[in-house]
Amino acid sequence: MRFCEVLGSVTQTIRHPTYDGHKLMVVQPLDEQQKATGNSFLAVDVVQAGPGDKVLVLMEGNGIRQILGIKQLPIQSLIVGIVDAAELG
Amino acid sequence: MDLGRVVGTVVATRKVEGLKGIKLLVVEPLNHKREVVGPRFVAVDTVRAGPGDIVNWVASREAALALEETFVPVDAAIVGLVDSVDVETRQ
Repeated sequence: MRFCEVLGSVTQTIRHPTYDGHKLMVVQPLDEQQKATGNSFLAVDVVQAGPGDKVLVLMEGNGIRQILGIKQLPIQSLIVGIVDAAELG
Repeated sequence: MDLGRVVGTVVATRKVEGLKGIKLLVVEPLNHKREVVGPRFVAVDTVRAGPGDIVNWVASREAALALEETFVPVDAAIVGLVDSVDVETRQ
């Protein structure tokens, strides 16, 4: 899973039918200092995250298919948790 | 999943059986500021996108899952036409 910040949302009217009813967000990967690192990408949201939230993004297709319960699902990244606090040892 | 812009089309007459009837497009990957972030590539289309469209595309195994026949040699697929990207600008 990757540690990211939600930047905003994306609307797509014409989409693959498996995206119906799912919220699509723009997320920015963060490093351990919570600074932006790498390129932003898109992720489906199932935990009602909003802009500014720090989140965990699952990027393993099989895990996502198990969570959403659909066998043929072209979704590659899924927001699975909102991070309250992160501490470095 | 990433944003991309369709910049062209590809025609291939002779191809693997599973790819028959599938539209191929050239896509350049973008970030949320619509800046190009990598080299162009060819993706299959599932939403009737055309040149100039901003799209949502998936890569790897999930790309093949976007098609009706899911055991096909495909590693990038367009799965949504993006209408808008709403990102708050921060100071």
